[in-house]
Amino acid sequence: MENLSALDPRGPVAEMQFDLIMLSTYVMIFVMVVVFSIYIYVLLRFRERPGDTHIPEQVHGNRALEFIWTTIPILLLLILAIPNVMDTFTLADTSAPTEGEGVEEEEEDVLNVEVHAHQFWWEFIYPDHDINAGQEMYIPTDTRVNVELHASDVIHSFWVPALAGKMDNVPGIENEMWFEAPDEGVYFGKCTEICGASHWLMDFKVIAVDEGTFSVWAENMAEPDPEIVEGEGEVAAQGREVFEGNCINCHAVGDEGGAQGPNMTNYGEREVVAGFLDYTEENLYDWIRDPDALKPDNEMPGFDESAISDDEMDALIEYIGQQRVLD
Amino acid sequence: MSNSSTSKKSVLWDWLTTVDHKKIGIMYFFGGLFFFTIAGLEAMLMRIQLMFPEMSFLHEQTYNEVLTMHGTTMLFLAAMPLFFAFMNFVVPLQIGARDVAFPFINSLGFWLFLFGGLLLNLSWFTGGAPDAGWTAYAPLSTTSAGHGLDYYIMGLQVSGAGTLMSGINFLVTIVNMRAPGMSMMRMPLFTWTTFVTSMLILFAFPALTVGLLLLMMDRIFGGAFFDVAMGGNVVIYQHLFWIFGHPEVYILILPAFGIFSEVISTFAKKRLFGYSAMVFATMIIGFLGFMVWAHHMFTVGMGPIANAIFAVATMAIAVPTGIKIFNWLLTLWGGRIRFTVANLFALAFIPSFVMGGVTGVQLAMSAADYQFHDTYFVVAHFHYVIIGGSVFGIFSATFYWWPKMFGYRLSESLGRWFFWLFLIGFHLTFFVQHFLGLIGMPRRVASYLDGQGLNEMNFISSMGAFMMAFAFILLVINVFVSRKNTDDVQDPWDGRTLEWATTSPVQEYNFAQTPLVRELDAFWHEKQFGDGRMKAAEPLDDIHMPNGSILPIIITTGLTVASFGVIYSTWSIIILGLLINFGAMFVRSIKEDHGYHIPVSEIKREQGEGK
Amino acid sequence: MADQHAAANQPLPANPEKATLEGRNKYLGFWFFLGGETVLFGSLFGAYLGLRGSTEGAPGPDELFHLDLVFIMTMILLTSSLTSVFAVINLKRGHFKKLLVWMWATVALGAAFLSFEIYEFYEYYHQGLGFTVSAFASSFYTLVGTHGAHVAFGVAWITTLLIRYRKSGITLSNAPKFYTAVLYWHFIDVVWVFIFTVVYLLGVGG
Repeated sequence: MENLSALDPRGPVAEMQFDLIMLSTYVMIFVMVVVFSIYIYVLLRFRERPGDTHIPEQVHGNRALEFIWTTIPILLLLILAIPNVMDTFTLADTSAPTEGEGVEEEEEDVLNVEVHAHQFWWEFIYPDHDINAGQEMYIPTDTRVNVELHASDVIHSFWVPALAGKMDNVPGIENEMWFEAPDEGVYFGKCTEICGASHWLMDFKVIAVDEGTFSVWAENMAEPDPEIVEGEGEVAAQGREVFEGNCINCHAVGDEGGAQGPNMTNYGEREVVAGFLDYTEENLYDWIRDPDALKPDNEMPGFDESAISDDEMDALIEYIGQQRVLD
Repeated sequence: MSNSSTSKKSVLWDWLTTVDHKKIGIMYFFGGLFFFTIAGLEAMLMRIQLMFPEMSFLHEQTYNEVLTMHGTTMLFLAAMPLFFAFMNFVVPLQIGARDVAFPFINSLGFWLFLFGGLLLNLSWFTGGAPDAGWTAYAPLSTTSAGHGLDYYIMGLQVSGAGTLMSGINFLVTIVNMRAPGMSMMRMPLFTWTTFVTSMLILFAFPALTVGLLLLMMDRIFGGAFFDVAMGGNVVIYQHLFWIFGHPEVYILILPAFGIFSEVISTFAKKRLFGYSAMVFATMIIGFLGFMVWAHHMFTVGMGPIANAIFAVATMAIAVPTGIKIFNWLLTLWGGRIRFTVANLFALAFIPSFVMGGVTGVQLAMSAADYQFHDTYFVVAHFHYVIIGGSVFGIFSATFYWWPKMFGYRLSESLGRWFFWLFLIGFHLTFFVQHFLGLIGMPRRVASYLDGQGLNEMNFISSMGAFMMAFAFILLVINVFVSRKNTDDVQDPWDGRTLEWATTSPVQEYNFAQTPLVRELDAFWHEKQFGDGRMKAAEPLDDIHMPNGSILPIIITTGLTVASFGVIYSTWSIIILGLLINFGAMFVRSIKEDHGYHIPVSEIKREQGEGK
Repeated sequence: MADQHAAANQPLPANPEKATLEGRNKYLGFWFFLGGETVLFGSLFGAYLGLRGSTEGAPGPDELFHLDLVFIMTMILLTSSLTSVFAVINLKRGHFKKLLVWMWATVALGAAFLSFEIYEFYEYYHQGLGFTVSAFASSFYTLVGTHGAHVAFGVAWITTLLIRYRKSGITLSNAPKFYTAVLYWHFIDVVWVFIFTVVYLLGVGG
């Protein structure tokens, strides 16, 4: 799959880690070749042959050999330890600019995002832009993204293999990491710390767009078109009513609504429903009717026909589909 | 005091009350095998679920319970008890002892393990097993619904207490009970690794005890250790768990190292190459095992300084481990290698474990670990070391010591089928998992989405698992069909160490006369330079033996009852259980038990039969 | 009884607690056990140190702790260690009656310590420090309470020994039992010294 592999790095952090993985793999292949060669030779050369009854010489040991196979591994480990220590410090340094000279200039390019992990969805808060986004993290290309990790219930872990290794979202602790995406694209992310029944469905996306698109997105996310928020057309306006009647306590559109569930200001642009189902009206319908069947133990209650009739549901789905900020 | 412990009592009563280390070893073996089978079935359930994407063979909640119980059962209730089986049976024989230092406590340790394991598994029938992974990280574990995690806490507390007692028993046995001439540096390597393993148990398990205690306080008594809203700190649990958990990994591998040292040396017909280096490497591994726990926590946010220190410390473990690998290779070098099933497992261990070891070094690199951590790469790594190391060790030991333990030899030809199927199945299952992790499959996922490139390798992995399961069935069949192979069981492999110098099956008192040890590989030395029999260190005389006792089971029952009380927060049951427990301990402490003597005449008669 | 026989027939050796293999096993095994106990308390101390600042509005160390009371408790426990030393000296000299007296004194001091501790917990509880009110409270009660449970176990253990052997005299079989009980007693005393320093002194001063 594209953009889900640590072996196909798409940004400087993942590249740094990939280089380390490959370096260690080469060293380790060398070790294995040495050991396996001796091993195979020994097994072929010294196996018992029919009729052989000799008693082998009872050797005690050999100082020189033992010295050699203590020293060489130490040297090999140094080859790995030194770049690893350097990289560990580089990756932990969320204050430094990516590269280049002008520190202040560079720092302006940094995008700060708070990642709040919940059972079983992701909330992305852009403190400098006054944005709250759910499930999809939009970032501009070629910009360093400094991420601050939080968790609201249990431990989760934020992993976008193609862009950067993971850090844990730990309740009560703020962790930091950074990454950068030089190319536009959709990068898949996953929760890697077991967090309950729907751990395996706790996916998200990092979407890298060009600078211009990002500022459009940011502007509209912060202040979406009021007409769209109220629902364009009769059906969507009815959908808005359904939304206000059932959804708004937990889900926000624009700056109106609760934050217990993902923000839905740009829901119409999502590729997936509930983080993993293809975005289709049927899936959206099924999801609202019975979320627990699709994503066990999640917090969202189901809405049966006594709460939202099929007609109201059509209106709601129409309304939700209208919530777009990029076009 | 009665002299009649052997007569009139039923067989069942004899086993329930036994304090004989050999019988306890055999009970550990079957107890461990029982849990190994359960945990293996759990593994199969997982591999069936993961055979295809988005399968709904198991509900997600059930999957999490199965994965938790698979890990917990395999580590605490299968691998460790199976090693304890061999330690119990073999170590006293290897050091020429009549008995262990604390026969009563040894028996208590076994029953605690068994009842703790049964208690934990009872959770399946009382509303759901624990579901937070074998690590039970807070706050997932402290907020998990139902009583599953309560069973986890109490089950492990009970069996952990047993493990600690066994550890102390081995330590004292090895220090105090060695036969004349058996200096520390003449001890067989399996005894050495048992000694270091017991040290690790002694200093590691109390950290788990505290970790579980704090979980219990939070879950059952409303404590606030891991409740962030009340000022709690969830990372403390991870530290406590891994201060235990990393040494635990070495508790699982060091005995296997000991077994391979015995087996390789025996079947190469050579003295172990670099014996003293092997002993020191074992000690260094044991020591470093306590210094590296935080490498399981690189992504938890300890900061680059801690990460860098723990990364380098962890890498250092590769050095003593490498020393061991080369020493085994050089033991084989120049030898006359026989490919018995026991030795096949030992030989297959070398490349398999090296593969697990090199990924261990890769995982130790903190910056790269941010990618590896909590993915299938880690799953592949620890199965390579635990199956390629510990489980191969257990199988090797099973074939090697079976004649001594049960008085018949397992079939070599059926054993070879078992070996090859298991070996191929093992590599098929786990090799691809390295790549699954790297291309984006986190561990502990109940399923995976279609279209992410994970399908084929997961299918291959499941096929390998079926092969391993099938191979295991062959082992079970082997146990039954080989029972007629009762010839040549006393020293079938031309053994080097003392356990082969006594009869098979071994008499209650192990050695009619305590042997005099004159060299490393004592029995081999006598076969090469003496008359092929151990010199006696004492004249033939009455042998003093401890009496059996039913009290260990009663004490254990009391603790298990009390644990139920804790799980369901019922004070009356807690008090009832503790009364039984302390009552039995009280009886034990006030009742003087002097054991009994086996008269010379009986020993002579039995020795006559043995020849 | 066989052990009384032995005692009557031959004089006791200088170190009766280590004269038999059984005794040596007990002695060594108990030292190992105390090694494990050290890790247990070390872990509890670690958890406490990590959480002692987390009072979350509930009473904290500086409001609660009265050093005078804790000082008296410390003195009681230190004295009980001393009396147990006297008991061991008499064990080695073969003075059974004196051994009993000093051991009973140890038990009495241990019981006094426990009473103070129960009073202390009761006080704290009434000042608003329930077990569940804060992470500090949980960790404080768990650490100090685990120590208290050890003291209680020690008192019960030594009392059992004293009743069981009230008339037996010193024998090769009971000498190791008294000796290991005293070892245990020293250990919990040492743990208390750490609790006094880390929990109380640091709590009030640090």
